[in-house]
Amino acid sequence: MENVLVKKDKQLSSGNGVEKPLQKRLEVLKTYKLYIGGKFPRTESGRYYLAENKKGEKLANMCLGSRKDFREAVVAARNAFGDWGSRSAFNRGQILYRIAEMLEGRKAQFIDEIIKQDNTLEEAKLEVDVAIDRLIYYAGWCDKFQQIYSAVNPVASSHFNFSSPEPTGVVSLIAPQNSSLIGMVSVIAPIIAGGNTCIVLPSFSKPLCAVTFAEVLNSSDLPGGVVNIITGKVKELLPYFSDHMDVNAIAYCEKNEEDKKLIQDKASLNMKRTQFYNTKNWLSDQGQSPYFIMDFQEIKTTWHPIENIGGTKGGY
Amino acid sequence: MAKRNNTLKLKFDNARKLAPAPESRSSATIDARYNLFIDGKFTPPASKKYFATTNPATDEKLSEVADANAADVDKAVKAARNAYNKYWKKMPGKERGKYIYRIARMVQERARELAVVETLDGGKPIRESRDFDVPTAANHFFYYAGWADKLPYAFPDRKPTPLGVAAQIIPWNFPLLMASWKIAPALATGNTVVLKPAETTPLTALLLAKIIQEADLPPGVVNIITGAGATGAAMVNHPDVNKIAFTGSTDVGKIIQRAIAGTGKKATLELGGKAANIIFDDAPIDQAVEGVVNGIFFNQGHVCCAGSRLYVQESVMKEVMRKLKDRLETLIVGDPMDKNTDIGAINSKQQYDQINKYIKIGLNEGAEMFQSSCSLPKKGLFIPPTVFTNVAQSSRITQEEIFGPVLTVQTFRTDDEVIEKANNSPYGLSSGVWTDKGSKIFNLTTKLRSGVVWANTFNKFDPTSPFGGYKESGYGREGGLHGLAPYVSLEKFEE
Repeated sequence: MENVLVKKDKQLSSGNGVEKPLQKRLEVLKTYKLYIGGKFPRTESGRYYLAENKKGEKLANMCLGSRKDFREAVVAARNAFGDWGSRSAFNRGQILYRIAEMLEGRKAQFIDEIIKQDNTLEEAKLEVDVAIDRLIYYAGWCDKFQQIYSAVNPVASSHFNFSSPEPTGVVSLIAPQNSSLIGMVSVIAPIIAGGNTCIVLPSFSKPLCAVTFAEVLNSSDLPGGVVNIITGKVKELLPYFSDHMDVNAIAYCEKNEEDKKLIQDKASLNMKRTQFYNTKNWLSDQGQSPYFIMDFQEIKTTWHPIENIGGTKGGY
Repeated sequence: MAKRNNTLKLKFDNARKLAPAPESRSSATIDARYNLFIDGKFTPPASKKYFATTNPATDEKLSEVADANAADVDKAVKAARNAYNKYWKKMPGKERGKYIYRIARMVQERARELAVVETLDGGKPIRESRDFDVPTAANHFFYYAGWADKLPYAFPDRKPTPLGVAAQIIPWNFPLLMASWKIAPALATGNTVVLKPAETTPLTALLLAKIIQEADLPPGVVNIITGAGATGAAMVNHPDVNKIAFTGSTDVGKIIQRAIAGTGKKATLELGGKAANIIFDDAPIDQAVEGVVNGIFFNQGHVCCAGSRLYVQESVMKEVMRKLKDRLETLIVGDPMDKNTDIGAINSKQQYDQINKYIKIGLNEGAEMFQSSCSLPKKGLFIPPTVFTNVAQSSRITQEEIFGPVLTVQTFRTDDEVIEKANNSPYGLSSGVWTDKGSKIFNLTTKLRSGVVWANTFNKFDPTSPFGGYKESGYGREGGLHGLAPYVSLEKFEE
């Protein structure tokens, strides 16, 4: 197939009236913002921090998210939960697949950002590839994990009785801090595949992909509020992620024991479910499993009487 | 649609005057004093202290039991750890299973004795302990016994391994049944146990300790110790415990979650509830009224999943209330040992005061109260079945768990309205819905945020059926295939 873009480029530079620029074109920089309720606001606090790589290159001014940003995100996540949690499993699978498609299409941008954040080209390529495949993996699970983890229970009384998983609700998530993309995607995917909504605190030191991923989500038919992303400091926001009374569960992907104690202590205020994933290599296959989906599911058991009609002992 | 007959009044007045039918106490022998069951032996407590356990229906002292202190708890945990390493961890699943089967059979063999002691110690009607508590407890052991050598089938693509020592703290409302809910899955999955019954109802757990001794379980696999809150706290805080399983109030559940924060101990918490029971206008009203009565007056309302909030569709409110009141008049409140008794004694003075406190709160909030005119025994702790109408969604008696025979009734018009009201609670343990329309049932059972939903029935339990809550009603499941997960570790890869 002919490459239309290249051909067009040639035309532009060859005598159609447009002059070749004398200087290198000035690049349009991207503003990295928060992602709350399907919109891209700046932090209400007006604060920012400078994201730099190890070489000391300035990458971007990031929003330094606040407690109020988080609380607004919880409202958005709660509002989105009713719709998202009751969508058909098939539809959720379609949307997760669509997220993977969008990510595939913007591969180059993510690779570029990951390289800027101190990784090699090969590492960056692998990370994006695994992230796309992980989304496909969970897209497939959306309408299957229920079948694996449900049960029809043979109760002794005359009742029809079955148990099946349902989403826990609103989840706050401290994403793995050592990667820009794959850690975050690996934890968001099972949470939303199971019908939950979430508020994510991505990597503080490698924050670029989180915001770009928000743009991917926003163009994937994922309803606003299902995933909310707030860049900021773990130490500052952790207490709020842990003690908010309208959050049903919290996931934490770091190793700090004091943080874990703080989370479980504050989570007790409203019996939040806590999940710690601190030993996972998210790039390997151990970073994916339907059990991650089940970590944010509740089992509901339903009973209904069965009428016993006399005189049918011989069967029909 | 056929017009309902709203004029017929049920007449039970004289037909239901029943002669006393007391169960004999002779099948049960209660020792004057019980020691702690640690490492396969009954051992006097290091604390040297004992406390009395009484019959709440008569105030009579039944026995005294040891008050375990931190040293006793330590001894029990050490015994459990030793048994875990020495016997239980290494034993093939099929052998573990046979021990649990033995316990199940022995509970069946001694069912009469256990039922009588359960009723004497806790105040619940003998009909319930005989027909529900004890057989269901035995069945629970039976169910989980069979899982012991089949665990890999329950966890696709994972190898389940036991957690170690489980500290289990159980409440006073279903003493023997709760002991079986805790011990059976723990043993089946290869864990060892330290269990503490509630301080007001320790006797059937101690009888179970004797059964376990007779079943010749390796010493220390199950340890049963008695005591109050301090004993429980020592269990929770013991550094060599891997798993906490607690059934009780949400307040204590939160304290436990805080106490184990950052320790890596796992927990199953089965806590309070404030279940909505919903009657639509197309429901079979007579059946629904029976379900409401069973939902809130079963076991004196001392049930975490009790249907304590009744929601009635406006158009049938009058009919439901009339039938409900008529039905309440027929309930027999009194001697728990009488086989005809429907509602027995309130479990303890503390709980009796608590319920009466809430009845006062209800009256002060302006609610209308209806109480059955039944006669109450002069001695002992009894409360007549109580129904409040004219209550608000924000009333304390519709928001807070009372844990007694007290029902609140509200009306609703649309499905949306009742779903919102039902879910407007920090709890999420159970709920009920009554309607003849299948699609409406599934709309409701899908949208009600609770761990158990009973449709056209209420308060049904079975060993194969998982039980446990959403939200502040706790987490983890007990019963069924899903009741195995809280007692195993499923890590597939090690780093």
